[in-house]
Amino acid sequence: MNKTPTLVAPRLEVRGLSTSFATDAGRIQSVADVSFTIARGETLALVGESGSGKSVTSLSLMGLHAKTSQARMDGEAWFVRRDGVRVNLLALPEAGLRALRGNEMAMIFQEPMTSLNPVITVGDQIAESVRLHLKLDRRAALAHALRMLELVEIPAAARRVNEYPHQLSGGMRQRVMIALAMSCNPTLLIADEPTTALDVTIQAQILALMGRLQKETGMSLLFITHNLGVVAQYADTVAVMYAGRIVEAAPVHSLFAQPQHPYTRGLLACLPGIARRRALTTGNTPGQRPRLEAIAGQVSGPFAQPPGCAFAPRCPQCDADCEVQMPGLVAHGVQRMVRCIKVRDEVNDEVMA
Amino acid sequence: MKPHDNLVEIRALSKYFGRGNHPVRAVDDVSFSIRRGETLGLVGESGSGKSTIGRLLTRLVDPTAGQMFYDDEGEGAAVDVATLSQAQYRPLRSKIQIIFQDPYASLNPRMRIRQVLAEALDTHGLAKGAARLPRIHALLEQVGLRPEHAERFPHEFSGGQRQRIGIARALAVEPRFIVADEPLSALDVSIQAQVVNLLGELKDQLGLTILFISHDLDVVEYLCDRVVVLYLGRVMEIAPTHALYSQPQHPYTQALLAAAPIPDPAQRRSIAPLKGDLPSPANPPSGCVFRTRCPHAIDQCASTETALREVRPDHWNACWRTDITLSK
Repeated sequence: MNKTPTLVAPRLEVRGLSTSFATDAGRIQSVADVSFTIARGETLALVGESGSGKSVTSLSLMGLHAKTSQARMDGEAWFVRRDGVRVNLLALPEAGLRALRGNEMAMIFQEPMTSLNPVITVGDQIAESVRLHLKLDRRAALAHALRMLELVEIPAAARRVNEYPHQLSGGMRQRVMIALAMSCNPTLLIADEPTTALDVTIQAQILALMGRLQKETGMSLLFITHNLGVVAQYADTVAVMYAGRIVEAAPVHSLFAQPQHPYTRGLLACLPGIARRRALTTGNTPGQRPRLEAIAGQVSGPFAQPPGCAFAPRCPQCDADCEVQMPGLVAHGVQRMVRCIKVRDEVNDEVMA
Repeated sequence: MKPHDNLVEIRALSKYFGRGNHPVRAVDDVSFSIRRGETLGLVGESGSGKSTIGRLLTRLVDPTAGQMFYDDEGEGAAVDVATLSQAQYRPLRSKIQIIFQDPYASLNPRMRIRQVLAEALDTHGLAKGAARLPRIHALLEQVGLRPEHAERFPHEFSGGQRQRIGIARALAVEPRFIVADEPLSALDVSIQAQVVNLLGELKDQLGLTILFISHDLDVVEYLCDRVVVLYLGRVMEIAPTHALYSQPQHPYTQALLAAAPIPDPAQRRSIAPLKGDLPSPANPPSGCVFRTRCPHAIDQCASTETALREVRPDHWNACWRTDITLSK
């Protein structure tokens, strides 16, 4: 992570992104007022539970919403191209976006089997995007595809390059997805739950691979996940989403050490690993099972959003003030943003650097 | 340990799918026991056979070989449920229940919750007539739902609530033993914690014995008394939870624990991930099935048949090598 203040613009700066979709019951606001920046070479983890809007955020940035969903996007997303020009992804015409997508900005999805074409060899799939963006001929593109498969440590790459996705294991398919995403040497990689469908030992392989590639290429990574363990191990900064909004954003160490928003606190407190470690430090007898501090209730549906803070119905600290209006995302200290009127500045004096 | 402390005892259980020379060996010569009143964790990655063992115990699939003793009374009159016909097994179904992974797929969308629970009661002739509705309401309250929920349909509930209904259905017939097959995997973290607490409470209140099948090592450590580690249909290690997590003896257990990301950025580790993929269960490696990925594998691992050895009281390890020390 680039800690020195520089004049270099961040790779991606999102301001006030809002996305709504048309449904039979009217427009629903899926993502609202999302702002974050990703510095060059940095990893930002976007964390949240199902329906919190993390995938919608990434698809909005990539311009990948289906036409039929009638997505309406507001806000700005400033991306610095390789040639140094800053472009607003949300205002870019389709052709401009297409030139960036798969080239300077690439994406990895959760389920590699559904994102790879089952009737085209993996080599040809990688070659396709290379021919389009790097203007290589067929032979050179296939040679490039083979190099990419070697880069992502696929054993017997020369044979695998001619195989179809169904001939590969889940971990190997995800490696192919990464090879595909990395083939044009992107400066921004969006990884949407890239290891969720994988077993834990394979997940460790894929995360180690992504870390290595990031170190070698200096690309920025937007890592979307619900797994707080993965976040703690790999992210530089974290943005926590709840019901379509960012509720807290901070560097990873201070977020885990001193979560401020009641939702972030709740999310960390209900992890069995953390509950057990806390029980050990407070000297509970081993074998005595401490109760997990579950967050009560469930997320409100998109058609029944509370008038005030979206988390208010489940929040232990909620009072009448919380139900008046949606709190803004307010800076607390230099590096932290929190969307909660109950969080006061003084608690932030002790925030770790 | 007293002789009848085991509620369930599995001996040399195998389940092969398919015919011919290379059937898929989903479960291969597995033996372990489940003690009365304990929560036993069954962990492993996909293809390790953990769900198949759960389905064998509930006779949703029939074993290829082996025995599964169920000792309801603790008087030593254990029955081998593997040999029972489906008709003979049927009375035992009220004692042995299963909770499934996917709460969406395990409830009939056209049945009201009242009917879902009544079907379970009818099957075993429980709570008839006037006792029926109060029993259903009590069950819903027991799992943290409200009596009026009985009149709703499955689609009106969230994932966590549906899993509670799945639990209520299992409890309806007053079981002694519950197989919980990945009951949390489909749920969000904050909802998982609610269901974990519920399972813990119900176990204490009702004195249940639980086989908790999961790939989530943190939840298993939190909830279980002992843990069985599976790999490619075989048992690698069996130990009390604390011993397994603090001093794993088998290289696979160690790799599995090391690969699980710790939710604490102050404890970042750079571990060398386990190489390679799971071998095909239709053509497992000779000798130790883990040897193709094991960092400690030597030539003899291919020719040495592995068997569980008791390395410490109550701690069983299938790795035959006694000359290696695992660093934590």
